[in-house]
Amino acid sequence: MSLLQATDISKRFGATVALDGASLAVRGGEIHGLVGENGSGKSTLMRILAGVLRADGGRMSLNSVEFAPGSPIEARRAGIAMVHQELALCPHLSVAENIVLGFEPVRGGLLDWREIRRISSESLERFGYDHLDLDAPLGSLPVAARQIVEICRSLAAGCEFILFDEPTSSLGASDVQELFAALRTLRSEGVGVLYVSHFLDEISEICDRVTVLRDGRVTGDGDPESLGTGEIVRMMVGREIEDLYVRSDRRPGEVLLSAEDLRGARLPTSASLEVRRGEVLGIAGLNGAGRTEFIRALFGLDPIRSGRIRVGSYLGWSPPRDRWEQGVGLVSEDRKEEGLAINLTISENITLPRVNRFSRWGWLSSARRKAAAERWVADLGIKCASTEQSVSELSGGNQQKVAIARLLDLDADLLLLDEPTRGIDVASKRLVYEIIDRAATGGKAVVMVSSYLPELLGVCDRIAVMCRGRLGVPRDARSASEHDLMEEAVGA
Amino acid sequence: MSRAFARMRGLSNVLGLLIALAAIFALFSALRPDTFPQMKNVETIARQTAIVATATIGMTFIIVSGGIDLAVGSVVALATVVMAVALRAGAPPMVALLLGVATGVLSGCVTGAFVSKLRIQPFIVTLGIFLIARGLAKGVAAEQTVHVETTWIRSLLAVLSPDKKWMILPPGVWAMLALAVLMAAVLRHTTFGRHVVAVGSNESAARLCGVPVGRVKFLVYVLGGVFTGLAGVMMFSRITVGDPTVAMGLELEVIAAAVIGGASLSGGQGTILGSLLGALIMRTISSGCSQCELPNWVQEIVTGAIIVGAVLLDRLRLSRRGA
Repeated sequence: MSLLQATDISKRFGATVALDGASLAVRGGEIHGLVGENGSGKSTLMRILAGVLRADGGRMSLNSVEFAPGSPIEARRAGIAMVHQELALCPHLSVAENIVLGFEPVRGGLLDWREIRRISSESLERFGYDHLDLDAPLGSLPVAARQIVEICRSLAAGCEFILFDEPTSSLGASDVQELFAALRTLRSEGVGVLYVSHFLDEISEICDRVTVLRDGRVTGDGDPESLGTGEIVRMMVGREIEDLYVRSDRRPGEVLLSAEDLRGARLPTSASLEVRRGEVLGIAGLNGAGRTEFIRALFGLDPIRSGRIRVGSYLGWSPPRDRWEQGVGLVSEDRKEEGLAINLTISENITLPRVNRFSRWGWLSSARRKAAAERWVADLGIKCASTEQSVSELSGGNQQKVAIARLLDLDADLLLLDEPTRGIDVASKRLVYEIIDRAATGGKAVVMVSSYLPELLGVCDRIAVMCRGRLGVPRDARSASEHDLMEEAVGA
Repeated sequence: MSRAFARMRGLSNVLGLLIALAAIFALFSALRPDTFPQMKNVETIARQTAIVATATIGMTFIIVSGGIDLAVGSVVALATVVMAVALRAGAPPMVALLLGVATGVLSGCVTGAFVSKLRIQPFIVTLGIFLIARGLAKGVAAEQTVHVETTWIRSLLAVLSPDKKWMILPPGVWAMLALAVLMAAVLRHTTFGRHVVAVGSNESAARLCGVPVGRVKFLVYVLGGVFTGLAGVMMFSRITVGDPTVAMGLELEVIAAAVIGGASLSGGQGTILGSLLGALIMRTISSGCSQCELPNWVQEIVTGAIIVGAVLLDRLRLSRRGA
């Protein structure tokens, strides 16, 4: 029987330890679940197995032969394929052409269409998808069918192991069942499946074995049914709470933001919320649950389908430009691409929203922009040579301070912070917590999305959990536990 | 979502182009019934189209792979100059012809190397070659037209002599059509052709599946160079001199032909047949306009409107189908 083994794998990204001696064994004919919180290292481990990343330390073996793929194509040739969240298919090629891409059968210099059709229809048949038109351009297929095509391609290329990276995140409920049927077919044919998912109910339903990761280490494995969801959650959480959180005693004031049954274009499906002045409200949940989409909808970056929003005395959806005017500010989770204009200077970044404030007769005054920036550089302790330095030269923590300073400079009343401490060092985190605390104590309302539960428990007044597009009822952060929040987040 | 859908898309595109071509032909025939629908005029249009169409065959491959080539016009001019200089130096016509093609191949190799090995955007690389080739052409020709005695190369695109009327169209046009059929088959029925589409459609997916992306890109530009060189030969056949200032803006006409023919500048989409029809449509319009004695500026406006209109129509057609 085939066997894929990873032993003692370690991987660092800069100062962050993603994997710290993790081990895993997947057998042929087995569906093996891999679970863990965001940042636990499960995706990193999968990408090392698929040849996307290289491990810093540890060994891997495939059927007892040493295995160290340097690229995805090497892994694929060795017999390991990965089905990505973003499907790796060519929309302009037909279904059959996608299945044989990279190993097209040729006869007399020309493509052997009969063989191509035979290979593709044979593999589609195994999954009960023989009704698919082999000549249809792939781009005209629904997502679920595309996933099947990608699985067929891996099988047709002779792969023994297929790694799935959260394959259900873009599927509806009925499509999930079709995918599960395909996974069972793979299992019955002796293919080994590694299945990464956030959703424990899926793991219990489909997986024969599960491995749990926490902070880059394996905290347990076994049969998901006999372990039970409660035990799996316990293995996922339980980190030591660091003593770096700041939460002054605050008294909530009037309601500043209220959302009623908000429904976005895709996510969230239903979110209701009230946030008061002088309050920090945390939103927990897994990646892809719809937290970012919710925040973006509130700020007018994404459209809404139904529901009501009220900010202060303003009713309804507004575009970002109006939201700034209404005293709402957003810090994006994607600092480099969306949060900051990375090649502009500190002063340009801080004064970017409603930059007309700094103009006279149409001419921007760089002196006044500089003066505004200098105040925040001093106030927030942004480490830089001058305010005219490019933001790209700053450390992650200082970049984040610039992003937040932008909100403070406008004196925004409602701060929407999406993963405000992602990828910054501990000292900077502490400073960000202080800024949040000062803002709330000063009468601003803060909504903070984070994947790191200890942080939410330490900083927020109330915490609501988003699960599959639904926002739960907020609970008091002082009495909530990591375990309860995680159970709600994984839909247990 | 069905096979019929897939076929229909390709077919409706070609059908649409044929209808457009017929409509344009009918319009000018109605306006100039004595001259426009005559065999002599059709032959003229075919001869004029041959140059653009030859270059368009290579350009279609480049655009389908997600690339672009802005240097076509300059390289064509350089090729005419190289051929003329070679002939003047006493080279046999066949050698001159091969040197003309080699000029294109060389520029294709340079472009391909920069794009695939050094990963510079093809727009930038070919913008550079666009200037370099034009400069070289002027330098080699000492900024003058290079006159040479006429050779058999001229007969490639010349008006057929009475004893050769059985050919219906000049040999250059037939050569172009034969190459078009060949290259359409290469694009559709060879591994290389499908890899070109795959690279243009989703480069990272192609790489993941083991498609040699760098090599495909390199070959695409070399192939483009072959056809640019051949277009240079045809141009020489028509003007019979080496002219460093000829074919200004030809590259844009070539790109426009491919785009009218349904190619997408974001890659993955385009057919040889479509591109040829695109070239034919543009040439028919300009021929019709000049026979109606419309000034050049009107032609330019009409052609511009048609380029944008064709893409707009394609977009509307796709969005209505929800694809």
